[in-house]
Amino acid sequence: MRRRDFIQKSAAGSAMVLGGLSLSSFANIPDTEGTKRITILHTNDTHSHIDPLAADDPKHPNMGGAARRATLVEQLRAENPNTLLLDAGDIFQGTPYFNYYGGELEFKVMSMMKYDLATMGNHDFDNGIDGFYKQLPHASFDFVSANYDFKNTVLDGIVKPYKIFMVDGINVGIFGLGIQLDGLVDKKLYKETVYLNPIDVAQDMSRILKNDEQCDLVICLSHLGFIYDKDKEKVSDLVLARTTKNIDLIIGGHTHTFLSKPYVAENLEGKEVLVNQVGCYGINLGQIDFYFEKGRKSFKGRTINVG
Amino acid sequence: MINLKKNNAAYYMFVLFLTLFAFISCGPKKFYSNRVDGKKIPVTEQYAPDSQIENFIAPYREHIDNDLDSVLAWSPVTFDKSKGKWQTNIGNLMADVTFEKADKIFYIREKKHVDICLLNHGGIRATIPQGFVTARTAYEIMPFENSLIIMALKGQQIWEIAAYIANERKPHPLAGMQIVMDKDNSVKRVTVQGQPVDNSRIYYVATSDYLSNGGDHMDFFKKATASYDMDYKLRNLYIDYFKEVDTLPVNTSERIIIEQ
Repeated sequence: MRRRDFIQKSAAGSAMVLGGLSLSSFANIPDTEGTKRITILHTNDTHSHIDPLAADDPKHPNMGGAARRATLVEQLRAENPNTLLLDAGDIFQGTPYFNYYGGELEFKVMSMMKYDLATMGNHDFDNGIDGFYKQLPHASFDFVSANYDFKNTVLDGIVKPYKIFMVDGINVGIFGLGIQLDGLVDKKLYKETVYLNPIDVAQDMSRILKNDEQCDLVICLSHLGFIYDKDKEKVSDLVLARTTKNIDLIIGGHTHTFLSKPYVAENLEGKEVLVNQVGCYGINLGQIDFYFEKGRKSFKGRTINVG
Repeated sequence: MINLKKNNAAYYMFVLFLTLFAFISCGPKKFYSNRVDGKKIPVTEQYAPDSQIENFIAPYREHIDNDLDSVLAWSPVTFDKSKGKWQTNIGNLMADVTFEKADKIFYIREKKHVDICLLNHGGIRATIPQGFVTARTAYEIMPFENSLIIMALKGQQIWEIAAYIANERKPHPLAGMQIVMDKDNSVKRVTVQGQPVDNSRIYYVATSDYLSNGGDHMDFFKKATASYDMDYKLRNLYIDYFKEVDTLPVNTSERIIIEQ
C-alpha cells in the first residue's frame, strides 16, 4: 500500500514536471468527509446606524438596520455554523445614538449578534481613547490592531495585534490594521497611540500567523481604505495586497467603498488575495466562503468565484 | 569504526531516502483551501427585524426621539446652503449665531471680543426646512463633534482668509468681516467690524477645532499666535441658540461683495 502510494507520488512528481494538469487526478481524489467550509461575514463603517436609513434617503432608502442584519446573520449561521462575523472599524459616530450613549448601544447590539472580532477605525477614537475604553465592557467580542502601539495608553494589553480562531479544525488567524491618525483625529483624542507602518507590520503578522502559528487562513481586518485615486501609492488595501504575502483575505473599511463584488488582487508572490469592502452604514453584509479539502495542496491553485 | 566510515555515503543515501519517503508518502494530510466564493448581500426589508434586538433598541430610540423632536423654534423660511454664490442664508445664520455666542463666552473668560467668525461651507450638512426647529435639526446640520475655538491671527492672516475665499469661490460662512472683490475675484478691500485691516494688530477669529487644525486647507489658522479652546460643541451651541429664540432670523446681508 505504502509502496504503491510512493509510486503514485513519484509518477505525480514527474508528471508535474511535464505538465501540472495531470496532477489534478491525484489532487481531486473524492473525499466527501474531507471537505470543510468556513464562512466569513463582515461589515465596515456602520457608523452608529442602528436603524435602517430613512425612507426618503436619496441614495439608499430604507436600507440596512441592525435588527435586520441580525436576522440575515442568523439565517447564514443556520446554513453554516462554522461562521465568523467581523467588523473593519468605524462602529462609532454618525447618528444621535452615538452622541447620546457614546457607543454603548452599538457594542451591545453587536454583542447580541455575536460578532467575533473587530478592528478600530479613526472614528472609534471620537470620544477619545478613554471613551472607547469605557464602552469595552459592553462588547463581548475583542478588537485587534497590529499597527497601533497602545503601550502608553489605557488599551495596552487589551487591544491585541491578532487573534486566532479554531473553526471546525481550521486555524483562522486575524490581525488588524488602522489608518494614520495624525491629521485625521485630534491628538488629544488618540493620546499616546503610536501609528506603525502597516506594510511592515502586515509582513510580520502574516509570517507569524502562517509560519509560527500554523494558520490555515490569514485574514487582515483593515481600516486603511480601499485605494486613493489621487495618491495611488498611499497605503491602502490594494497597496497592502500587492506588497505582502500569505494573506488570504483583506476586509477593508474607511473609504466607504461599495464594491459590486470582492476584488481579486495579486500579492508579492503573484498569488490571489481577496479584498472586500461593503460600503457603509450596514447597508450590505459581505460574505466570503472558504472551502477546504483534505489532501495535499492542489497545484492548480484555488478557484475564486466572486459576484 | 572503519566500516562505518566506508559505508558513510551509502548510509547517508539511505537516510535521505527514508526522509524523502517519509516526507512524500507519510506527510499528514492537511486541509487546503481550494475554492473561495465571495459576494455582498444587501440588507433590505426582506429580512424581518430580529425581535429581540428590536425590543432592546426601542427604549433607546424612544428616549432620543422624545428629546430630539421637541420643538425649540420656528423657521420662517427654508435655509439652504445651495442657494447663493458668495453667501447663503444658512451660512449667514450659522456664522452669525456662532459669532454671537462665541463673543459672549470669550468676553466672560478672556475679557476679549471676537472679531470674525469663519466656518466652512462643506461643514453644513443639511437644510433647515421651513417649519418647526428641533434639536434633531442641529444634529442634521452639524452631525460632527466639532467644537468652538477662538484663534488669534495677525492682520496678514486676515488677508490670507480673503485670498482663500476668493480662490475657493465658495460661500463659506463668514461674519464680522467684509471682502470686496472685483469681477475677476481679486481682493480689493477687506474690513473687519467696518474697519480696514490693521496689519499690526491681533484679530480673534471664532471657528471649529477641525478647521483650526488645517481642515479644508485653512492653513492660515496654523499661523495663529494663540488659540482658546471654548470646549463647547458647535451642535450644542446651535441647540442652545434655538432654545433662546422663537423665530430664526433671516439675514441675507452680503459679506463678500463683487464690485463691477
